Amino acid sequence: MTLLPDLALVLLILTAAVWTVAVRDRRDAVIGFIVVGLLLSLAWVRLNAVDVALTEAAIGGGATGLLLLRACARLVPRPAESVLPHPAMRILTVLLCSAIAAGLAAIVLMPVEPPATLAPEAAASMGELGLGNPITVVLLAYRALDTLLEKVVLVLALIGVWTLTPDQFWGGAPASLRAQQSSGALTLLAQVLPPVGVVIGVYLIWNGADHPGGTFQGGTVLAAMWLLVMMADLREPPEIRLHSLRLLVILGPVVFLVAGFAGFWIANGFLSYPPAFAKPIIVIVEAALALSIAVILGMLVAGPAARAPR
Amino acid sequence: MILVDIFTMAAVGAGMFFFLAGTVGLLRFPDTLSRLHALTKADNLGFGFIVLGLLPQSPDVLSGLKLVVVWLLVQLAAATAGQLIAQFVGLERRRDPAA
Repeated sequence: MTLLPDLALVLLILTAAVWTVAVRDRRDAVIGFIVVGLLLSLAWVRLNAVDVALTEAAIGGGATGLLLLRACARLVPRPAESVLPHPAMRILTVLLCSAIAAGLAAIVLMPVEPPATLAPEAAASMGELGLGNPITVVLLAYRALDTLLEKVVLVLALIGVWTLTPDQFWGGAPASLRAQQSSGALTLLAQVLPPVGVVIGVYLIWNGADHPGGTFQGGTVLAAMWLLVMMADLREPPEIRLHSLRLLVILGPVVFLVAGFAGFWIANGFLSYPPAFAKPIIVIVEAALALSIAVILGMLVAGPAARAPR
Repeated sequence: MILVDIFTMAAVGAGMFFFLAGTVGLLRFPDTLSRLHALTKADNLGFGFIVLGLLPQSPDVLSGLKLVVVWLLVQLAAATAGQLIAQFVGLERRRDPAA
């Protein structure tokens, strides 16, 4: 009986995924992708991976979906027939995707006995670091280098988007995000929701130390609130030449790097923390990272500059 | 204890009924505005009943309050989304009265 909801969920995910691939219209495919992201986050909840579920809902469904929708709106419309690539290309794509799916299925269905895991070791020194959420321990203590590189990639992505700016607009502001027609309902939402949303975002970041949540999820919620305000036309996107904006973009990685290099003097190497200060250092790094993530995601959605600097 | 469980089952059952009715309406109603009506009713009443039914099951006051906050936020988001879709339909109709 308990298997039934899970089976229904799996069927829903598969249906939505196949529909996303099969549908011809670009925007429909993006909407399908968002639906798959939300359904996947439900699946992660069922697997007791609430951290992953939150990230999938915030990034996979929300932020990436919004980015793709914006990209769709910017692309030149093409007739549906010309979208299909060459048949050989399509067969190759199907073969490669099937091989990856089969490989993943094989790994899941035929686990190594006994399963290779570092979980007990990771969990063992949780108390030492003063954190209660094993995911955060892994992300910011054991695999901190991965997390650091992840944030640097975000900065690079933003630089990539900014390089698409036409020369005459360099340093200016991205195009306004406001809707074609102003809407009282959207304005009201953009005035009422951000105070609540900012509290929830900060709560997710702070809570990440001991419970599901963390910088990426919290930062995405903060970015969503900023984007909502920009879409309701209460604020314009900032000019990309602003020093304060650029400082916020690199704040997270810089604080992370400083904490990492400080490890050479105050602990035993790059990105290692002295046990007594581990928790405060991790909290400071997380706060800086969340701010940067929020600003970067907001500016990624806003896109390259489209107006000359004033 | 039993009474509380019966209340939960009745309220959640009512919520599920409204979701079912809303889904049927979404699939069967002829135009966008009526479909929107069906959808927002399912969100309002269906979700409202489910939260109402789950409230007596929450282990402490804080969890109950969280449920109420979630309900309020969903209301706000659903109402705004409904308004936006309806406004878009109105915009399309003014451009092309035949549609």
